[in-house]
This record gives sequence, structure tokens and C-alpha cells, in this order.
Amino acid sequence: MRFELTDDQRDFGASLDRLLAGADTVAVARAWAADDTAPGLALWKRLAEQGVTSLAVPDSGATPVDLVVAFEALGRHAVPGPWVESAAYAPIALGEDISEQVVTAAVAPHVPYALDADVADRVLSVRDGALLDATAGERRTSVDRTRRLFEVAPGESAPAGDLVAAFDSAVLATSAQLLGCGERLLDDAVAYVKQRRQFGREIGSYQAVKHALADVRIALDFARPLVLGAALAGTTRTRDVAAAKVACADAAYLASRTALQVHGAVGYTAELDLSLWITKVRALVTAWGTPTHHRGVVLASLLDGGAA
Amino acid sequence: MDLSLSETELAFRDEARAWLAANVPAEPLPSMDTAEGFVAHQEWEARLAEARWSVVSWPREVGGREASLVEWVLFEEEYHRAGAPGRVSQNGIFLLAPILFDHGTPEQQQRFLPSMATGERIWAQAWSEPEAGSDLASLTSSARRDEDRGGWLLNGQKTWSSRAAFAHWGFGLFRSDVAAERHRGLTYLLFPLDAPGVTVRPIAQLDGEAGFAEIFLEDVFVPDADVLGAPGDGWRVAMSTAGNERGLSLRSPGRFCAAADRLVELYRNRSGFETGARAPSSTTGGDHHRDRVVDAWIAAQAYRLYTWGTVTRLAAGGDVGAAGSVNKVFWSELDIALHETALDLLGPEAEVESAWLDGYTFSLSGPIYAGTNEIQRNIVAERILGLPKEPRGAAR
Repeated sequence: MRFELTDDQRDFGASLDRLLAGADTVAVARAWAADDTAPGLALWKRLAEQGVTSLAVPDSGATPVDLVVAFEALGRHAVPGPWVESAAYAPIALGEDISEQVVTAAVAPHVPYALDADVADRVLSVRDGALLDATAGERRTSVDRTRRLFEVAPGESAPAGDLVAAFDSAVLATSAQLLGCGERLLDDAVAYVKQRRQFGREIGSYQAVKHALADVRIALDFARPLVLGAALAGTTRTRDVAAAKVACADAAYLASRTALQVHGAVGYTAELDLSLWITKVRALVTAWGTPTHHRGVVLASLLDGGAA
Repeated sequence: MDLSLSETELAFRDEARAWLAANVPAEPLPSMDTAEGFVAHQEWEARLAEARWSVVSWPREVGGREASLVEWVLFEEEYHRAGAPGRVSQNGIFLLAPILFDHGTPEQQQRFLPSMATGERIWAQAWSEPEAGSDLASLTSSARRDEDRGGWLLNGQKTWSSRAAFAHWGFGLFRSDVAAERHRGLTYLLFPLDAPGVTVRPIAQLDGEAGFAEIFLEDVFVPDADVLGAPGDGWRVAMSTAGNERGLSLRSPGRFCAAADRLVELYRNRSGFETGARAPSSTTGGDHHRDRVVDAWIAAQAYRLYTWGTVTRLAAGGDVGAAGSVNKVFWSELDIALHETALDLLGPEAEVESAWLDGYTFSLSGPIYAGTNEIQRNIVAERILGLPKEPRGAAR
């Protein structure tokens, strides 16, 4: 029993963090939102070289814990692109190594639109539990401008791997991404309230502000073990990833609301980088299964299997 | 990173499970805060001790099994899952014993630990005072030096002393140097509650039972042998217990996981669920209750996994530190959420005496005791997030 990241897992996360911190991901994300996808695809290549696109490839040697570590970093740095679809979902859904490609997917009913389908090498669609190759259709606008959504037109059926396991993997990755977004929002909020002064002192010295931020710290601290526990849960992890998604969505959403509140009016501007994470969290809360869906999954599992 | 248990740990868990299944009283014991219930709980402690389950992590020579931290958590999980009685000796075992192990003399350890393990001597906490709750540094009850008799004279008043109505001995902090600054000049003392000069006045709690008491002290003599740690060093000594109380030891995940499992069962029963059925009936209040049941269950799992993380860090030589405050806010609010949800599921029946109602009433004290949650959030904000301290008021 050792419920803590190994040194290797920690080092992997730290090296991704270093790479992303030096890559001006905010500029990459803003360009991506403006349909200039070249910097984002260049960053994609660099991350692929670090193995991020291979983490869910069967027999790659990577574990779901590595996947979680990577997606937390992607969330913390607001890296744009169909990462969940390409790196967490597609390899398992297709049962093959597609780590050289950018793949996206619309998975009815939980993922109605395919992210960035115009730049993907391959577009997948799941309807009535069947995996199909698809083509990009009409564009839709997400609350998160870096999520470029497309309707899809289904085509030929594709040979499928384990679609349930693939969905679980995507839910796990999205949970970790939410966690990373939440941590970033908290970091930025804490930095801001330490320097912003009102009524003669830093607003971070006021108890109302402190307690709000403490609650975010607490929520994130208790969401993380659910993500790691789900990553370790093996093949029967649908309930565990559902629980992790609920907790991470709640914690990250609390982080986004709190970060906005302590920033005040400046937090409401798109100019401030904070907006990238605030809008991303809102989008990820409902992506890959809404909280209502996942609560239903947890409850059904408890009632079917008896209380574990 | 892994959550697997060793053969030894699994065997330990199985042994605990089997013993509890065979020994946990079928009927709940009367409240430990009644005269009858106190005795019944002491008898349960003796039974636990006889089979060496009362203090599993302690050394063998003082009644334990030298169980590891992992095994201790496993035992707690089994204990609560089995629906075993509350621990009347918990103040001693969880709050005083760690201090005795760290700061007590060998003589004190021999004199106090075995009777604590058997439940023969029950300890009460004598920390708070009428003017000092979470702000322990403002304590005024005094310990005055008595050179002639080689000891100290205690005067003052303690309050909110858990278990004091029936307990045998108290432990607490007393101001031994009035000239010293707030945190300095405090001494940690142990004293019998039937000593000359001690008056105990029970205070009924929200649940109607005298779970705590006021303790009045008038020239109560305590020999040097009953000072824990060095005189004047009481704050430092005491803070190691505050960390225990807020953090891992007092609120093991077992009780929350067991309560969450019972909550799911309650929901199943109230909603007339058959296996495989999906739609809740009207008595469960539909989605709103459903979500609260699920959220409480998820939070209990989060708490369980979080604890394994803490256990891992402690086993590697780390300490809990300010994370104990993160923990305390979470479990105290989780405890209320679990019980509030159950009461809401019970509907109009909720006001009638039941185990859920007892648990609910008890849970209400969680955000208040062991340092209020306001204090804990300040600690999280200042020590973990690094936010500036609030300017001190003019009062001091």
C-alpha cells in the first residue's frame, strides 16, 4: 500500500509542467481560439514526443496514473486540442496505436460534438453504441472558445475495441484535466489576493476571502484521491471514474466561481488569462457525462451491487 | 503507486472482522453519557482489551498489538462496519496517549497506559475555559507552585470537558507563569476528578445527555509526578494532540464509510428499490435526495482514499501538519451531510429517537470542537495558501 505518486510519476508530471510553462500555452490557446492552430499543433508534436499521446495505448507500458498526471498538467496550462479524445479515448475505442495521429470523437449522447474536427486526422462517431468513422459538419461555439466544436456526419463503421473502457478512460482524463484547471484557478486567485489592496490592506487578509479560498483548497484536496483511486481501480472502474468526475467538476467549478469573485470586475474580462480556465471548467463540467449522469452511474452501481 | 494490502495486513483485517462479528453486542449500548451506559461502555472496553483490540497500535507490554498505521485504519474500518459501540475511552486513547508516549516519563507511561487500554480509568479533556475556546492561548486557570509539597495548586474553571461527568481523571493546560506571554508559561497537568477541591457540574448537551461538564478547581494539589512534559512547556506538548484531534486519529474513515453504506441502504429501503429498478418513488424526494445520497457516499470514499494518502506520508516519516485542518473541516461537514441526508430521507419520522438522530446530534458538534472550522479555515488559508494574517484586534 503506497497511495502516493512514485518518483517516476512525479518526475513525469514535473517535466510536462516545465515544458508547458516554457511554451506560452496562454498564447497557444488564444491563437487556437482564433483558428490559428499551427502553434497548438506544434505543441502537440512536442507533447507527443514526451509520450503523452501513447499513455492509453494498449501495451504501451503506461498506466492510468500516468494518464492522470499528464492530464492534470494539460488542464493546469490550458493546453488546447482534442487531447481527451485522441490520447485517452481513441486508443482504447479503436484498440490500436494511433499515437501518431490527431483523433477526435463525438460520442452520443454524452459528447454531442467533436472537438477540433477540422484539424483532426481522423474523426470518430459513436451512435447507439456503434463506432463509426465520420466527417466534420457544421461548426458550433463553445463557452470555452478554445474548444472548437463540430457536428459530425457518420460514415462507415470502424472496427471497435472496448468502448466502455474507452469512455471510462476519457472520463478519468477529463477529471484530471478539471483538477489541473482547479489548481491553476486557485494559484492565480491566491497570487491576486496577496497583492490586491483595498481599505488599506491585502484583500487576502480578510477572513471572508480566506475562507472562500480555503474551501477551494479543501475541495481539490479531496477530489484528487478519487481520481488517483479511480486510476488504480483496474477494469471495473466505471463507478470510480464517475465519482471522480462528480467531485472534480464540483471542486473545479467552485475554484472558478471563487477565483472570479476574488478578482472582482477584472476577473470578468476576457483579457485576463483567468478567463481561459473559467470558461474551460464550465465546458468540462458537462463534457464526457454530466454530473447528473455520473451521479446516476454511482447510485445505480451502489444499488445493484449493494453498498461496497 | 498502489492500494494493495499485504498478506499480513489482510490476515489482520480478517482476524478483526471475525472477532467483531462474534463479539459486537447485538443491541446498541445505552448512551455512554448516562450512568448505566458509561458502565456498559467500560465493560465493552474491557472485552476489547482482553482480546487486545482496544489499542491495536500500542506496544504489547501496555496492551497493544504493535499494529502498523495501515492495520490501525483497517481495524477502524472493520470496527465501524460491524456497528461496534462508540469508544468511551477515546479522549485518553486518541488525545492523551500520544502525548504520554512522546512526552511522558517511563513511570507515567506504566502508571497510566495499561489502565487506559483496559478502560478501567476513563479520561476527560480539561482544555476549554469559559473565556477560552478555540483560543487556547488565552487560558487563565492557574497552576501555582507549592514548593513545600513538591507540586502545584490548581485554581480556576474548565468547561466543555467531554466525558467529565463520569470520568476518573482529567488532563489539561494551566497557566503556571502569569507574567509570560500567551503561549508561554502554560503547563500540562493530569489530575484525579475526585481530588479535594474539584467540583464537576455536568452540562446537558443538545441531545439531553450530560456529555460534558464544567470543572471547578479550588486549590487542587497535583504532585510533580503528574506534570506531563516540562513545566511551562505545556503549549508545545498540547499542540501535538491538537494535531491528532483534528487530523487522522480521532476520525478514521471507517465511521464515515460505514455511515455512507447505511445511508445507501436507507435510500434503498425508503425508495422501495428492487435490484435493477431505477426510478425512485415519491417518498425519497426524487433527484434532490438522490444527489445528496450519492454526494455523501462519494465524499466518504474521498475521505477514505485521502486517509490512505496521509497514512502513506506518515509511514514515510512525514507529519500531518496544517493538512490536519483541511481534514477536520472536511470530515466534520461530511458527518453532518451524511446524517442530515438520512433525516431528510426519513421524512416526518426523523424527529423520533433513532441511531440516525443520535448521530446527527453528535455531528453538529464537529464543526465546533477541536478548534472551530473558522479557525481551521484560517489555518488552511495562512499556512497552506500563504495568505497574510488578519491584523490583530486592539484587545491584545
